[in-house]
Order: sequence, then C-alpha cells, then structure tokens
Amino acid sequence: MSATIASNSSETRAGLSLALPALMLFLGVVVIPLAMTVMLSFHDWGQYKGIEPVFILKNWREIVDDPYYAEMFWRTFRVAVLATLITAVFGVPEAYILNRMQGPWKGLFLLVIIGPLLISVVARTLGWALLFGGNNGLANKLLMTSGLIESPIRFMFTETGMVIALAHAMMPFMVLAVWTALQRLDPQVENAALSLGASSLTVVRRIVLPQIMPGVLSGAIIVFSLSASAFATPAIIGGRRLKVAATLAYDEFLNTLNWPLGAAVAVLLLIALVLIVVGSNALIERRYQEVFR
Amino acid sequence: MSRNGPLALIFHAVFVVFMVAPIVVVCWVAFTPEGFLSIPITSFSLRWFRALAAYPEFVHAFGVSLWLGALSSCVALLFAVPAALAISRYRFRGRDALSALFLSPLMIPHVVLGIAFLRFFTSVGIGGTFAALVIAHVVVVFPFALRLTLAAATGMDRSIEMAAVSLGADGWTMFRRVTLPAILPGIVSGWMLAFIQSFDDLTMTVFLATPGTETLPVRMFLYIQDNIDPLVTSVSASVIAITMTVLIVLDRVYGLDRVLTAKGGDAGR
Repeated sequence: MSATIASNSSETRAGLSLALPALMLFLGVVVIPLAMTVMLSFHDWGQYKGIEPVFILKNWREIVDDPYYAEMFWRTFRVAVLATLITAVFGVPEAYILNRMQGPWKGLFLLVIIGPLLISVVARTLGWALLFGGNNGLANKLLMTSGLIESPIRFMFTETGMVIALAHAMMPFMVLAVWTALQRLDPQVENAALSLGASSLTVVRRIVLPQIMPGVLSGAIIVFSLSASAFATPAIIGGRRLKVAATLAYDEFLNTLNWPLGAAVAVLLLIALVLIVVGSNALIERRYQEVFR
Repeated sequence: MSRNGPLALIFHAVFVVFMVAPIVVVCWVAFTPEGFLSIPITSFSLRWFRALAAYPEFVHAFGVSLWLGALSSCVALLFAVPAALAISRYRFRGRDALSALFLSPLMIPHVVLGIAFLRFFTSVGIGGTFAALVIAHVVVVFPFALRLTLAAATGMDRSIEMAAVSLGADGWTMFRRVTLPAILPGIVSGWMLAFIQSFDDLTMTVFLATPGTETLPVRMFLYIQDNIDPLVTSVSASVIAITMTVLIVLDRVYGLDRVLTAKGGDAGR
C-alpha cells in the first residue's frame, strides 16, 4: 500500500468532493444496512409475535449451544477447504501449462478456462446436476467405463458433489491468480537453471513454485472465502437437507421467517471470513515480504 | 521457449473437458425432443426453445434482468467515474480507506449483503420494489465499474489535459473533450463487466426479488428447486449463448485477462 503523502487542503477538497456522491451512497446503503443487520441479530423473535426490537443474546446463544449449527459451520468450512485444495492442485499446473502455450492457443484456452466465471452460476450448477443425476448419471458412467471406480458414487445431495461443483465454479479465480503471478516471472531465470543442468522438475520445484507461491496463496484466499459463502451451488447440489451457512441463512429469512437468527448466522459467517482472510493476508505478506517489494 | 510435453498436454485436455463439461451438457440437453430429461439425447429439436415463448414468467424475468443490469451499471458509473478520478489524481487523507470501502462489496459475502439490503429496504418501506433492486445492484457492481475506470484514469497521460487547459479550455470542457474520451474504453468495459455481474447475480437478488421483480437467475433458481426439466435447460442455454457473445466482444475490445485482473491502480504500485 502506498504511504500517506502529505496532502494540501485544496487537493483534499477536490478529491473528497469528487468522491462524495459515492461515499454518501456507500454510507447510506452499505454501512447503515450492515449495522442494522448486526443489531437485528440481537433482537427477539417468536412464531406469533414476530420480531421484537430488544437487546438479547438468545440467537447467539442458540448458535453456540445447539450442535446443529456447529456441524453446519464445520460443513461450510470443510467444503470450502476441500474446494480450495482441489483448485490449487489442478489450477496451478494448468496455469503453468497455459503460460507455456504459444500464440493463439494461449488466448483461446485462457478464454475457455476463465470464461465460465462470467456464465450464470445457476446454469453451471444445473450442468453439474445433469452430469451427476442419480446412480446412472453421465459422470458415473464415464468414471465406471474408464475403470476409475467400481461402483457408482453418490454425487447429488452429498458433500462430494458440492465440493466438485464448487471447485469448478472457483477454478477460474485460482488460474487467474497464478497466471498473474507467472506473468511477473523472468523466463531467463528458468533458462539459467536449465543451462546449469537442472531437470525441468527441479526448475518447477526450486525456481517457479517459490516465486508464484504468493499468487497461489492469494488465489486460495479468494477461492476459500467465495466457497465458504457460496449459495447457489450448495443449494442446488446439496438439496434441502445438506445446509451450509449461506443456505441456512436464506432458509431462516425466507422460509422460517426467523430474521434475527438468520442475521446472527450471516454476521457470524462475515466475522469468521473477515478474520480468516485478514489473518492469512497478513501472514502471507510477512512471509513473502521480499516478493511484494 | 520450452514447450509442453505430452503429459502436460493430456493434463490440459482433461482439465479443459472438466471446465466445459457442465456447460456443454446444459446446451446439449436443451435440444432434446423429449418431454423429459434424457442423456444422451437421440435427436435434435428446437421444441424447448419454442416452448420458452409460452412461459411468460421467464420472458418477463429476462426483461427485468436486462433493465436492471443496464440501469444499475449506468447509475454505478455515474458514481464511479468521479470517484475514480478522485482516487487516481488527488492525494488526500482517507484515500486508501475510501477505495477499500468502495471495493468492500467484493469482500462481503453476497448472502450478507442480501440480508442487509432486505432488512434495510423493508424498514424504509421500499422492500420488494424495482427501485430497491436497482440500488442494491448499483452497490454490488460498483467495484467492477470503479476498477476498470480507475485503471484507465491512472494510465492516462495527463499532459493532454494540461495542454487543453493552457489552450483555454475550462474544467468542464476539458473533462468532456479530453478526459472522458481518453478513459472511455475503461468506462465501456467497466459497464459491460458491471452488466454481466448484475445479470448473473443470484445470491443477493434472491433475498430482494418478489414475484413481480424476479430476475432471470432467481426465476431459474426457484424453478430448479421444484423440478429440473428440459425447459430450464433451454433457458440456461440461451443465457450461456448471450453471455458468451458479450464475453467474446469484451475479449476483443479489452482483453479478458486484463478485464478480470484489473488492479486498483494504486499510486504506490
């Protein structure tokens, strides 16, 4: 981040007046609604009385005491971690291969791989639902004929299916992050290592990987936080029973109508994510300080 | 230049198949002539695309999505262009905090934003209206509009502006005749990316949409919750076709990797 530079009053005035409309917009419809949501999580609710604007810890206590919520949050983070690992294991080599491609192929495949990012997530998840569909879905047929598995795997309404569909949805972010890091790499260093007799595996392990690690980690943070707060994929693949934080909050708001409890789930998700993201960002920046210079 | 070995190319092929498989399957199944979902399909027919016309709720939702996307992207740019100019050219106290605030909708889970907006709009009495949806979408697409405008404003050669001023142009004329044309590619790409984000948003919109203001993703999601049939695949295939067209245009105009990795244009970098 840039250091604060001594500012004179006319620059401050000009800058602030230009940014003022956007600032008002954000204060009015982002900061206030978020504050209201935090407040809401402390309100009381009853089936017949609705929302009561009092200050109680009932919702928070329920989340802490009832193991249902602990299990649901564990599932949320387990699924997000696994999706992140899959995107790293497959996305990193793919970005490297992509970067070594020549001419038009590079652009074409980059479009093919990061394009899905902009295609409706409902359409993409529907695709997975079609591929998974039951014991004789296309995915199972393919895996069984190729001899990779003996008996069909249950994908629909399971965490396995959720993880695969999420990893697919998040893959472009990982490839993009690693791709960006690879662009900064000096190819001459690789060539120097090769000319000194290193095998290409050694080059990848000792030269390339350490340099792109910050990119991999920042990709992982993006993928993790988006997976942990994903809604469409868990809702469609997980069905009505296998809940994660986002789908549970949705249920509380639009089906049970227990807004205070839903707000508490959402606020807890937000706090957990902010802590994890800010914490790991700080760790990465400290660990790789010299790379960021 | 080293080339990829055969093993790398096999890996690449499998990877690409993984990435396109769900999208291809949706488009493929959409052409089924049957009244139910069957994979693989045996013959092609446009039956379910024609059937779309008979489902006004999808057509209406599509209209809502288009309007919402266009309107919220325009409004977002009205706010984002001055903000981008402020951040790119003036050093003032709180500048870093300001850009962090403006990019915060990228960090806050959309489910949290959806809940916050639902709570807020309900309590100020505009819950369930189209206006509320527009405001919510302006906020969510704002970072995308800002980033690309910021990248263009930071990269711009400011000596042209000084030339215009020295030739007697006033502030507004300079903005209209010099600055705006120079950052226009950034604004256009920002608008397109903002539009796509608005058009695709489900997680936040699902909290705010009511039967009259359902967007296409919300309509599709609620439909899939009840049943998955060929109709929803033909809707999805149409959405995919539209998005791909915009994508290819965006790629030609600006370069997709640049659009998606546009940095905030911090002066410190």
